Amino acid sequence: MASSSIPAGAHGEPTRRDFLMVASGAMAAVGAIATAWPFINNLNPAADTLALSSIEVNVQPIAVGQAVTVKWRGKPVFIRHRTPEEIKEAEQVKLADLPDPETDNARVVDTAKKVRPEWLIVVGVCTHLGCVPLGTKQGDPRGEYGGWFCPCHGSQYDTSGRIRKGPAPKNLAVPDYLFSSDTLVKIG
Amino acid sequence: MASSHGAPPVFNNKVIAWIDYRLPIFSYIEKEYHTFPTPRNFNYFWNFGAIATVMLVLMIATGIVLATNYTPHATLAFDSVERIMRDVPSGWLVRYLHMTGASFFFIAVYIHIFRGLYYGSYKAPRELLWILGVVILLLMMATAFMGYVLPWGQMSFWGATVITNLFSAIPVVGDAVVTWLWGGFAIDNPTLNRFYALHYLLPFVIVAVVALHVVALHVHGSNNPLGIDPKGPQDTVPFHPYYTMKDGFGVLCFMIVYAAFVFFAPNYLGDVANYIPANPLVTPTHIVPEWYFLPFYAILRAIPDKLGGVICMFGSIAVLFVVPWLDTSRVRSCTFRPIYKWFMFVLVIVMFLLGWCGANPPEGFFVPLSRVCTVYYFFHFLILLPVLGKIERPLPLPPSIADAVLKKKAG
Repeated sequence: MASSSIPAGAHGEPTRRDFLMVASGAMAAVGAIATAWPFINNLNPAADTLALSSIEVNVQPIAVGQAVTVKWRGKPVFIRHRTPEEIKEAEQVKLADLPDPETDNARVVDTAKKVRPEWLIVVGVCTHLGCVPLGTKQGDPRGEYGGWFCPCHGSQYDTSGRIRKGPAPKNLAVPDYLFSSDTLVKIG
Repeated sequence: MASSHGAPPVFNNKVIAWIDYRLPIFSYIEKEYHTFPTPRNFNYFWNFGAIATVMLVLMIATGIVLATNYTPHATLAFDSVERIMRDVPSGWLVRYLHMTGASFFFIAVYIHIFRGLYYGSYKAPRELLWILGVVILLLMMATAFMGYVLPWGQMSFWGATVITNLFSAIPVVGDAVVTWLWGGFAIDNPTLNRFYALHYLLPFVIVAVVALHVVALHVHGSNNPLGIDPKGPQDTVPFHPYYTMKDGFGVLCFMIVYAAFVFFAPNYLGDVANYIPANPLVTPTHIVPEWYFLPFYAILRAIPDKLGGVICMFGSIAVLFVVPWLDTSRVRSCTFRPIYKWFMFVLVIVMFLLGWCGANPPEGFFVPLSRVCTVYYFFHFLILLPVLGKIERPLPLPPSIADAVLKKKAG
């Protein structure tokens, strides 16, 4: 069982030692990845962070034409009680004019599939680089399309929160939400 | 303990001799920092490596002292920094040294990089030396960015938001990567904690890469303003006392300017918005990074596409890695490159213009200006550098460093 048992592979054929080298090397690589995973995974959101992931909002005090900002998952969420004109404007836009085509109806539907065009609920984070767009407070600039205007790099959103102009690639995100009654909405 | 070129040093002190026989640190210092043959014709641009090293040590020293009073928590961080400023003895001085020190570290390093580019210090056989330098630059940028987040002011928070959101431009996995970086659904306490841990770690990684940078430097020795290799002892002087003195003088001059900012204009290079506590619901009207990131921020915004902007911004640093192979000229120093020399000055002007664009909102003429400058930046490295090296006729090189130096003195 000395050196004679590990001859060099004849005609370049792999030897048993080659096989052992590859097999143990592969196991070592799998082990290294398995060891690295907890360290990488450790940086993901913790259970208590995830636990804060839904809120309930009473929307009764929000008058037609008004909007409010609530904090959800550390981010602002805009809830806008839209006027009939704003709804009409949002519905009449041709999809071909939109950088990120989406109908208005698809953006005002809750998780029970009920469409409520008067309530627009979007995450108030510009899809460009994460600033909070202006347009929720009374007197804020609302951009050329009557929705929101991001002061950082000039993105403009319409009355459905869809991107119309500027560097942002996507519409303002619509979070999952559910109206448990006509005035109470659960976000997240 | 005197020694001449090449001969091993003899230590008269018995303790030093005993240690050196077992762990030759004294021989090493003697060889690398005393007798080390160094080109005799350095100009003051060659001071900035030493200056940058001093700044690195100063940043680590002040940083460790600050860490003893800083609290890395989203609700306490801002107040703990204010406490350092108002209540902690000499806290204001240590913090101003640290925050102004970051700016002056970058000033020293940017001049050091310009020196390398102008005199062709990146060319063979110093390619790895140069690449290690670019690695140091990247580590410095990461460290500075994370350090800026720690006071948890408005600009800390929103700067971090904008920069971490750059990664959301990655197709498919972008959003998952950003959530992972944040440790949550927005910049919050977990983000602050990990940035603090990394901000404390990375400077020591920089020290390690600087050590490799110096080891690589000492293999073939320093380049020099003429860009020709020393041919013998007549072309060099021992590092000590000649360049220890000259570096010491340069460091002192640099410290005078640095101290002037620390004591008379400590907030001049910062942003006032960072003295407002972070508020996740209100974006400042105008988000700007610190001055040393402005040219790269301008490149990011010059591209009207999110992913394209991110690629160009990272590309503007990445292109530096391959500069040794993009440059086709046989001559190192711009002193003997009559055409390229002028383009080097254009590059410097373009960098200042990009910085100006980055400091202003992306409106009006800043938009076309930042685009023109971005195009020039990449044109300079990707087209001019390879093409000009082939078609430019360099001026005749002097026969030796000593020859050029003595002729200059005589003439």
